[in-house]
Amino acid sequence: MGMTVTEKILAAHAGKNSVSPGDLINVKLDLVLGNDITAPIAIKEFRLIGIDRIFDKNKIVIVLDHFAPNKDIDSAEQCRMVRQFAHKQDLTNYFEVGRMGIEHALLPEQGLVLPGDAIIGADSHTCTYGALGAFSTGVGSTDLAAAMATGEAWIKVPSSIKFSFRGHLNPWVTGKDLILYTIGQIGVDGALYQAMEFTGEAISSLSVDSRLSMCNMAIEAGGKSGIIAPDNKTLDYVEGRSSRTFNVYQSDDDAQYAAVYEWDVANIEPQVAFPHLPSNTRGISEVGDVVIDQVVIGSCTNGRLEDLRIAAQVLKDHEVDRRIRCIIIPATQDIYRQAMKEGLIEIFIDAKAAVSTPTCGPCLGGHMGVLARGERALATTNRNFIGRMGHPESEVYLSGPAVAAASAIAGKITSPEEL
Amino acid sequence: MIYKGSAWKFGRDIDTDAIIPARYLKTSDPAELGKHCMEDADPEFINRAKKGDVIVAGENFGCGSSREHAPISIKAVGISCVIAKSFARIFYRNAINTGLPILESAEAVDGITTSDEIQVDTDKGEITNLTTGKVYYAKPFPGFINDIIQQGGLINYMREKVKMQVD
Repeated sequence: MGMTVTEKILAAHAGKNSVSPGDLINVKLDLVLGNDITAPIAIKEFRLIGIDRIFDKNKIVIVLDHFAPNKDIDSAEQCRMVRQFAHKQDLTNYFEVGRMGIEHALLPEQGLVLPGDAIIGADSHTCTYGALGAFSTGVGSTDLAAAMATGEAWIKVPSSIKFSFRGHLNPWVTGKDLILYTIGQIGVDGALYQAMEFTGEAISSLSVDSRLSMCNMAIEAGGKSGIIAPDNKTLDYVEGRSSRTFNVYQSDDDAQYAAVYEWDVANIEPQVAFPHLPSNTRGISEVGDVVIDQVVIGSCTNGRLEDLRIAAQVLKDHEVDRRIRCIIIPATQDIYRQAMKEGLIEIFIDAKAAVSTPTCGPCLGGHMGVLARGERALATTNRNFIGRMGHPESEVYLSGPAVAAASAIAGKITSPEEL
Repeated sequence: MIYKGSAWKFGRDIDTDAIIPARYLKTSDPAELGKHCMEDADPEFINRAKKGDVIVAGENFGCGSSREHAPISIKAVGISCVIAKSFARIFYRNAINTGLPILESAEAVDGITTSDEIQVDTDKGEITNLTTGKVYYAKPFPGFINDIIQQGGLINYMREKVKMQVD
């Protein structure tokens, strides 16, 4: 019987010829990730195990990105604890402020994640790396502690759902719109415990940046992982970023799927998710009059170069509405530098947007754009739960960068076509 | 283990931002996290929940972030176990790894209302609503996960492994 790309990666990392959904396996990991929120607990747990050294100093990545640069004294203490551990363990891939970026933009960019890898990270959006054809999933701090000690994790082999997108994308539609549409169709637990495999000609036409946005939000449908089998675009992307060898896996024609969805992207317009669930989606033409107070363009979902280019394309020769705070956050230092070279940052500043150093800050109501009671934000982030970006009585709407930029200009949720 | 307490009923898709809002993640101290448990879902919960009480919820409990602060804050309040129609997968792993008993039973959730007195036998997966007298059974854990729970969570399981290697 054939296997899916996910099953092949897991079998290879468990030393088996084949695996089936439901099998409990022990997986040898290529990479293990933690951040300033999840690593402190993991480090405490690691110390309880009774060993001094981590399994491999090259395979554990720690990024201080959530409440960094430190937002207050408590955050500074957390970052310090993680920093001391990283230095003591001599981690090759410890990313300090000034070198760091938002982890899920940073790791692919730095060539740390490659096709065919098996990766866990103590951050739910670790599923992002499936965009390069890796198996990658989010876990908690205790799993991170165990993986730091052994380089292994127990995994229940997920069944896969195939999402096939055919046809040609409408203007302004990116990977973010396809994933919001998908979550809107299947719900926030529509892929619970399962692998979401994205395929079809519309997926082939997506940039790697867009694919990363798409797999990033698999967790928002309850998925264990998202994956796009590698193609030439994937191989071009990873070329020159790493000297590590890797394996390219594809799903067999007779692989088994728990469900198959097929959609024509001609029917998909830019999407907006209404409060308070990412599944509460509408096409931009059905949004109506929604006045907003703040726009955030950034995050592990949409802080990449393609996103900034789209935002700049919309914002060029316009100004943000006087009532609106528009905050734009390049996801990594390299993206920031490239955006400067291309003149994007100048366009943002001319448009009266605030541009920040990389941080997850506003996405989770941490810092750099927290909402007051009754305020409403449109963000290119990934979650619009109650209180996600600040006061429990504030509201978050989600979209891609084109709609976000257009809405910052108009002062209400707007299609870039309407400017 | 047998637990007894009052039920606190919540709806579906209770996310980790509702269980412990991100604004409190600047510490990993359980007592501090416990002070804000379920704050954005029910601000009264923390003032009125008693040691041993049971959280009862709909589908997809714990969806959203991977923060282990969520089960930690629930444990810090003294909640004995969580019964839900289903759990989001990272929360499911985190609960097992940190030793917070969780049970899946749609029938039990439908048959329990807030303030009902509940008795839970986690070994048998038996949930008794002492207020109505009805008994429900949760799905048993797969064997591999049971091993981890019986060792008292993943870290204890690992410690045993390390000890064996040293011996």
